[in-house]
Amino acid sequence: MNTLRITLMAAAVAAAVLAAGCSSPVKLNDGAPVTDAKPTPVGPGSGAGGAQGSGTSQSGVTTVDLSKSQGADASKLGRVVYFDFDSYVVRDEFRPLIDGYAKVLTTAKAKKMVVEGHTDERGGREYNLALGQRRAEAVAKSLALLGVGNGQVEAVSFGEERPANEGHDESAWAKNRRAELKDR
Amino acid sequence: MPILIPEVPPPARRRLLGALLVAGAWPGATLAQFRVEISGVGATQLPIAVPRFREEDKTGQSLAGIVRADLERSGTFRIVDSTGDVDETSRPDYPQWRRRGADALVGGSAARLADGRFDVRYKLWDVVKGSDLGGQAIAVVSNDLRLAAHRIADAVYEKLTGDKGVFSTRIAYVTKVANRYTLRITDADGEGGQVALNSTQPIISPAWSPDGRSLAYVSFESGKAVVWSQDVGSGNRRAIANFTGSNSAPAWSPDGSTLAVTLSRDGGSQIYLMDREGGNVRRITNSSAIDTEPVFTADGKSIYFVSDRGGSPQIYRVASNGGPADRVTFNGNYNISPALSPDGRTLAYVNRNGSEFKVMTMDIAGGSVQPVSDTADDESPSFAPNGKLIIYATRAQGRDVLMTTTLDGRIRTRLLSSGVDVREPVWGPFGR
Repeated sequence: MNTLRITLMAAAVAAAVLAAGCSSPVKLNDGAPVTDAKPTPVGPGSGAGGAQGSGTSQSGVTTVDLSKSQGADASKLGRVVYFDFDSYVVRDEFRPLIDGYAKVLTTAKAKKMVVEGHTDERGGREYNLALGQRRAEAVAKSLALLGVGNGQVEAVSFGEERPANEGHDESAWAKNRRAELKDR
Repeated sequence: MPILIPEVPPPARRRLLGALLVAGAWPGATLAQFRVEISGVGATQLPIAVPRFREEDKTGQSLAGIVRADLERSGTFRIVDSTGDVDETSRPDYPQWRRRGADALVGGSAARLADGRFDVRYKLWDVVKGSDLGGQAIAVVSNDLRLAAHRIADAVYEKLTGDKGVFSTRIAYVTKVANRYTLRITDADGEGGQVALNSTQPIISPAWSPDGRSLAYVSFESGKAVVWSQDVGSGNRRAIANFTGSNSAPAWSPDGSTLAVTLSRDGGSQIYLMDREGGNVRRITNSSAIDTEPVFTADGKSIYFVSDRGGSPQIYRVASNGGPADRVTFNGNYNISPALSPDGRTLAYVNRNGSEFKVMTMDIAGGSVQPVSDTADDESPSFAPNGKLIIYATRAQGRDVLMTTTLDGRIRTRLLSSGVDVREPVWGPFGR
């Protein structure tokens, strides 16, 4: 279990680092409400930046919670298998990720997951739906080969309908040719 | 809401803008429209005059304006100076109309009936021969006034060309604004839009039932692709294919009793038939490849579909009770989204050539292929029920837009709608 956790975390961190280093405009999911956080004076009595209106609390603290979005993003990025153009072969670099989920699922037989297949925007919507299905099934098959039960994983497809990156170039397309593993 | 306007040589365009300014004065008038783009030379266009219908302002609709726009958009007619007091009871001054360049003339009127409906009448004259070509009286509720005008345009078109008009038919398509997906139904001119379904999740592949009462489509609202069927009038809907995996690509049989769908329930994407309510599911393709995008032939005996069983996606034909499939397309390595003309003679589909995706037509008997679009991101061709036009989706100025085209590609119209991505068009049947 420990090695698994480490593997998954490593993958998540690696993916997060990759995403952070990427210059393309990754759209953050409802990012932290930084602009809403007003600089409320903190600390005792009349600090340097002290009392403004008498009605303003001197000890109020507004919480900026980054953990929610960061947590979600990290786990999401750690759950993605990327594919080459026109391919549904699971690349070797994603074997540790697949192995990790296979261990989780074979240990917890009641646990269920969905594999969502996606394509880039080029080509027909229905044909892309079928290509995405093929990618999802390739991941599901890899899990089945490692002993995951038939009923534990459902392979579905969103085709080109839910791009991870809304761009229209190869760097965006590479991020959209993917399969996402999600808990059910 | 989108409507169609002609994008023609300057004089006609000016005339049209004039008409639009007038249109702006009516309640419910909209600003986005289909534009007509006439390319190529030598198109013969019949000059016709359609003066304002007597008392039409009491209806709140420009009945004659709708008829004029319909006829002009077909590319078969040219609208000439249409000022004058003419209704269906007139005895037109033929020499005067001929001097104004008209070969045909339409006159009409509208009157409110005691029960609140409107009585819309028209008559068509052959100005050259000086003969009366007949007319009609149509009683409609105010919601159907546009339909009455489209029916008049249909009758005029049929009388003068011999082909049935499609102005009173409807089209369905999907719009996307931010993360809001809407399945819309409009008149064939792009106006009179109504919403069939609103969703925060994608909607694709709408398909009209042959009676025009239902739309089948794929909705991702439950977190995966499920085929729904919705009664357009009542809004009643039900999931008819919701099996393990993805469910997609619905197509109605010509008698409306059966749907072909793509299911992945047995692994891979394969084609199945089911009753219109979703029962009696049987598999008709059996390959280890992708088989999808089924469409029935007009006689219901065969199904055209897309398969990559030969290594690249191509269009094949199989008997609708299954069996071996014959390959239909051979040019290029990516041919998808088949649509069949109502007479069964022409196949429209999308071909990829390099990075360009273009609507092509194939003469099924002879096998000859020709492109019909001048755009490069085409998707989802669908025939008008008279077989004279194809509607398809493409991209222009960074947006998803809809186009219609004649089969020779000479006359195209574009659905313009600002700030909205428009896609997945499908042309509805005759009769409503």
